[in-house]
This record gives sequence, C-alpha cells and structure tokens, in this order.
Amino acid sequence: MTPKQVLIAYQTIIIKELVRCFRIWPQTLVPPAITMALYFLIFGKLVGSQISAVQGFTYMQYIVPGLIMMSVITNSYMNSSSSFFSMKFQRNIEEILISPTPNFIILLGFVTGAVARGLIVGLIVLFIALLFTHIVIHHIFLMFCTAFITAFFFSTAGLVNAIFARNFDDVSWIPSFVLTPLTYLGGVFFSINMLSGVWQKIAMINPILYIVDLFRYSMLGIQDANILIAFILLLLMTIVLFIFALYLIQKSSRLRN
Amino acid sequence: MLALQVESLKKIYSNGVEALKGINLSVNQGDFIGLLGPNGAGKSTIISIINSLTRKTSGSVFINGYNLETQSSLAKSQIGVVPQEFNFGIFEKVKQIVMNQAGYYGISRTESKKRAEKYLKLLELWHKRDQPARDLSGGMKRRLMIARALMHEPRILILDEPTAGVDVEIRRSMWELLRELNHAGKTIILTTHYLEEAEDLCNRIAIIHHGNIIQDTTKKQLLSLLNVETFIFDLNEPLQKTLPTCNDFLIKIIDPVTLEVECQKGKNLNAIFDFLNAHNIIVNSMRNRVNRLEELFLRLTQ
Repeated sequence: MTPKQVLIAYQTIIIKELVRCFRIWPQTLVPPAITMALYFLIFGKLVGSQISAVQGFTYMQYIVPGLIMMSVITNSYMNSSSSFFSMKFQRNIEEILISPTPNFIILLGFVTGAVARGLIVGLIVLFIALLFTHIVIHHIFLMFCTAFITAFFFSTAGLVNAIFARNFDDVSWIPSFVLTPLTYLGGVFFSINMLSGVWQKIAMINPILYIVDLFRYSMLGIQDANILIAFILLLLMTIVLFIFALYLIQKSSRLRN
Repeated sequence: MLALQVESLKKIYSNGVEALKGINLSVNQGDFIGLLGPNGAGKSTIISIINSLTRKTSGSVFINGYNLETQSSLAKSQIGVVPQEFNFGIFEKVKQIVMNQAGYYGISRTESKKRAEKYLKLLELWHKRDQPARDLSGGMKRRLMIARALMHEPRILILDEPTAGVDVEIRRSMWELLRELNHAGKTIILTTHYLEEAEDLCNRIAIIHHGNIIQDTTKKQLLSLLNVETFIFDLNEPLQKTLPTCNDFLIKIIDPVTLEVECQKGKNLNAIFDFLNAHNIIVNSMRNRVNRLEELFLRLTQ
C-alpha cells in the first residue's frame, strides 16, 4: 500500500469507530454525563459543602480533575474493548484482517477512535463541571497531553483485553473488578495526604493515583506525587503497551488460527 | 503467470489435527475452479490460509505471483473473499459496509462511492443502501458479501459456500453473476457442497480428502472418469417378486415402482429393456440420474 492508501485505511477505521460511537450515543455519551452530573451534585455540592478546603480549593473544585480523568479512563477503555470484541464476536474483524491494511494501522485506528471518545466524554464532563463551579486551568497544554496519553494508554489496554477475551464476561471483568476500584482509590475524591501512614503507602502503589495527580496538577497546579516521574512513567507504559498490543495483533491465536 | 500457486502447504492445528498434508494446487488466470470435499477435508483451511486468517505450518502461497508471506500487502489486494458465514456489522448500513471495505484497501472516499453504486446496483441492493444489514433477507446478505468482496476490484474472487441456505431462484441468479464475472476475466475459486453448482459453473475441479488433493483436473476429464451411468425407471405397476440378478447391469429396487439401473458407459441399453420385458416389467418413464459429479465425488471419497 502507498502511504496515501495507508492513510485512507486509517481514516476509514477512525470514521467507522466514530460513526459507531455517535450511532449509539445514548449508551456512549449520555450515561457518563448523567453519572458525573450526579457525582458533582452529591459529592461536590451536598457532601462537599461540609468539607473544608483541600490544598486551597473547594472540595468541588478538587474533585473535578479526578472525575474528568475517571471518565476519560473508563470511556476510552470501554470503547476499544467493546468495539473490538464485538467485531471479533461478529467476525467482521475479518474484513480488516484480510485486507492489506498494516497491523500497525489497525491498532492505531481503533486506539484513535477510542481516544476520541474518551476525550469527547472528558470535554462533556468538563462542561458539566463548569455548571457547578468555577475553574482556572493552570497548564492547558499539559492538561491536554495528560488526557491524550491517558486515553491512549487505556484505549490500548482495552484493545488488549478484547484480543484476549473469549466472551462478553471477559470484556466486562477488568473494568468492573480492576479498573473501577483502582480509579476510585486513585485519589479522585481525596488527597493521599488525607490518608494515614499505611494506607498512604498502599495508595502509592496504585498507578492511577499518579495519572489523576498529574492531571490535577495540570488543571489546579497542586500535586501529591512527583509530576515529572509520573509523566515519564505514563509515557513509557503507553509505549510498552502499544508494542505489546501490536505483537498480539500480529501473532495472537485469538485473532488468527 | 498463475493466479494462485500453492506449494507443499501443510497445516497442523494446535490440537494436533493435520488439516492439510502438503497440498499443491495451481490455478490459472481466468479459471473457475471448484474445491470439493467432504466436511473436515481441509477446504476451508486452504481458503483461510489464502485469506491470511489462518497461519500455515509450512509451504508457500503465491497470489498472482506475489508471495503471501513476504509480499502480503500486494498479495492480499489481489483477492476478494466471500466467506461462508455472514461477517459484517449487522448494525451498519449496507452502503457503509461496502465503502468501509474499499477504505481498508486504500480506495478514496470519492471512488468508493462510485463503486458502491456500481456493485450494489449489480447485486440489486442499491435500494437497500441506507438500511442496516440486519434488515436484509438471507439472500440479500449473501449478495451484500459478494458486493463487498468486489469493491476493490480483485482479480481473484474466493467464494466459500456462497449459496448455502439460499433459495433456488437467488442461487440461479448468483450463478449467472458468477459466470459473468468469470467471463469478464476474474479467476474464481469456489468451495461448495452443492455438486450440481460445481458441475454447472466450474471448468476445473479439485477434490480434497483428508488433507490431500485426490483429484485436480478439468471438469470434462474428471467426468470422463465416471465410466458408469445410472438410470431411473418408473414402473407401470408395483413389482410382485424379487428380480433375478442380471450380469450386464446392476439393478437396485428403490421402491416397488422405481428401479435404479447402473450400466457401463456406451453399453447398449436395449438389453435392459429386453431383460425387463422378459420379466413382464412395464416401464412408464426413464430418466438419467442427475448430477454425475456427485456420483463421481462419492466414489472418490468413500
């Protein structure tokens, strides 16, 4: 394939993914908006009004970055895992696998589609947050980069999950039993400084804590951990996971006998 | 240059099943070849390896001269595939499905729109272009898969049981279309369980059995191997007694008013009537048992 043809194949996969996302918008865009609006109302407005300022911000302002990140993580993950797995299940992934589209482009196309959904939902949540509170963004470029790399990482992770999955339970298992607990315990609703010694050490093992912390720093300018290390680790983990996913698309017996 | 060249192709699945035992197959440009074989013979494995959905254990595959392993992009763009099972997104619109397929082959949006119109009209699906694929009937879904396979205008079309579960009328119209495509220069590789279909359409037949090709020749030559003919006789009244054995013909009683008579090709048929007359058996009508290929197939694979 010529570079132009490769680009067309890449665009085709992205368009297909976006068409799917917007076709089922009541499942993809509305639920996170409603859930996050409820979080802002209950935790931010009602419970938050009883909590004193955290590192100089109201509790409502403090939880905004975490909730945006939570939406980006879950939506980018769910998009690639459910889309790729349903294509595998219906066997229409074969349409792409038999074509000359390079494996790298197949992977990149699905991941880009999922990143787009993650960022769109993140943006929706940001607008909802602005209905409840006032926010001045500390570092917009870092904020975008963090959201993008995080969405990229979790989109790739979702795709890896979909490649390994044999049934729909395998697709929902990781988000329910791994991703959700890690996200809730990843400093979305609290600063690790609020935790006692042992719990603080346990919380530090959670990788999502660093992602949320990095994003919170980019939005509010406050941090619990070392931002530079968090950023470099996130970038490295994303590259390693992408290479692993590419290896799976080329070699996995779950896609080709 | 050969359209398809398969050399010493072997496939052993992870469970130890040896699906292909070193198959050699050459398909010429413009051939209409039928791959026949009982269930589990290895037909779908060959197709799947050519499609790159299954990895070979050893051997090589060349498509229009391109090595599938080392020149996979060029090799893949030469073939269009119509799989056995529906494998499109059932919620996607018909036009979207075929246009996406063109996109995966690097065909621009403008060009793919033109081709979508051309092939959906050819397959009589244009009026359904904005409907989700799940709303199509079984026959329409089959036609959609053919339209999709044609979108990048491949030189070789591979059809894996394309008329399975399709009614007679649609099957005949699909045959007509396949004939036209073949006359237009496309090489067609067909696997089918309908031996009548292979006999009607193909100019070459390869029979696969237990992972080996046991016959690969022109249909004419293959059918010439069949040196017996079978006739069905409908009798005027039910047989009253069992028939004595006849040395020249093999006579089977299908039911009291139907006989099946097998005789060597070129043998004088009058002897049959003499024999039946001698036993006071009156024949109302006689017909040749259809599907010679089926007969040959059963002989070769049993």
